[in-house]
Amino acid sequence: MTPLSQLFEAALFSANRPLTVEELQTLDAEATLADVRTALDELREHYDFDQHAVELLELAGGWQILSRPHFAEAIEQAQFAQRTPRLTGASLETLAIISYRQPVGRAEIEEIRGVSAGGVLRALQERGMIEVVGRSEQLGRPLLYGTTALFLELLGLKDLAELPRAEELTIALHPPRPPEADAPGEDAAASVPADR
Amino acid sequence: MTSPSAAPQPTTTALGADPGFVVRLDAFTGPLDLLLHLLREDEVEIADIPIARIADQFLSCIHQLGLNQAADYLEMAGRLLRLKAQMLLPRPSDDDWEDPRHELVRRLLEYQQIKEIVGWFERSAERRALQYVRGYIPPPPELPDLPPTLDLLALLEAVQRVIEGIPEPVLHRVVVRPLDVEGATTRIEALLAEHAEFGWRQALGERPTIVDVLSTFLALLELARRGFLHLHQPAPFADMVIRRDTALPAV
Repeated sequence: MTPLSQLFEAALFSANRPLTVEELQTLDAEATLADVRTALDELREHYDFDQHAVELLELAGGWQILSRPHFAEAIEQAQFAQRTPRLTGASLETLAIISYRQPVGRAEIEEIRGVSAGGVLRALQERGMIEVVGRSEQLGRPLLYGTTALFLELLGLKDLAELPRAEELTIALHPPRPPEADAPGEDAAASVPADR
Repeated sequence: MTSPSAAPQPTTTALGADPGFVVRLDAFTGPLDLLLHLLREDEVEIADIPIARIADQFLSCIHQLGLNQAADYLEMAGRLLRLKAQMLLPRPSDDDWEDPRHELVRRLLEYQQIKEIVGWFERSAERRALQYVRGYIPPPPELPDLPPTLDLLALLEAVQRVIEGIPEPVLHRVVVRPLDVEGATTRIEALLAEHAEFGWRQALGERPTIVDVLSTFLALLELARRGFLHLHQPAPFADMVIRRDTALPAV
């Protein structure tokens, strides 16, 4: 391994969060962003090739060393670490809506889910999975929510672009009975809720 | 007093329409979730919901729930009932007719899509949870207070400490016997002078204490030994009978 890869290994081992490429770059004044990426690739291949029990993954916009899934059962059984508790159905639904429609206000979430969302939003905010990202221009200037890096981290995602796209879902969001003339706009996920 | 409010509510009549249908509502995340479940159960197309039937089923479900957590469900129930009514209206012509279910269908499809994403989220989170990062600090487990464990050695040490704490070990204490054999003897002698024969209880006197009993017993034995009286017990555990010795003259 090159010295830069070794340096990154030490840094990633010490940190308890994903480190971004830019953060890693600060470790070596000489290194360019390309150097950083090359060194990261080298480290990842090193883990894979030598069959290390840990791997280097890109998570929530950064890089992190994780134990391989194969060992999860043994580690958990020995109680050296605990699995993240599962999210409730209400939390998952709320996260699903926010992740696709952010920035989004509480009213729209409630409209889609058909239930009040105050409690769930507060819980998700306390767990650090969503955050207030602004205020709507609408009447009362309601708060707008968005997902956090922790959300990506807990789902094991690099970024939001990794979420399945609307057209990849089996249920398309098209109007149920499209009028004879073609409905304009394919991306129904972005459609605003119909007014009453 | 009869009032119009005593009449059965529409929900109650709807309940009878579909008996034997059991759903646990807390298993659902909301009215749309329940509605989707009912549609799937009946294997009907979302685009062509049999509103009347589904509305009745929905109402019977929320009827079981009670009203405390049903606010969200009630709103949907109201919508369904209005749709049910709208569907009963005569249609002007098929061309002009706008399906009143349109908005509901749109919401159901939208919600179904959310459910699909939720499934994807669950699988992703599950996969991710199999991998641990360094620096993970498990939250300290919340243990209940342990019951006090008793160690024999510790217990003995505690006893030892208590013993050492006692200022002066008392080895033996001479206690003056409170027995009054002499008094009892005098009393029995007085009785002997008056009666040739009397019972044990008579000898004891009124309300005898344990000391009186012992004193009397010892006095009797002593007097019997000295030949003043005879002791006789007619049956096991029966009261003793005390007889004056015939050689002794009555007063």
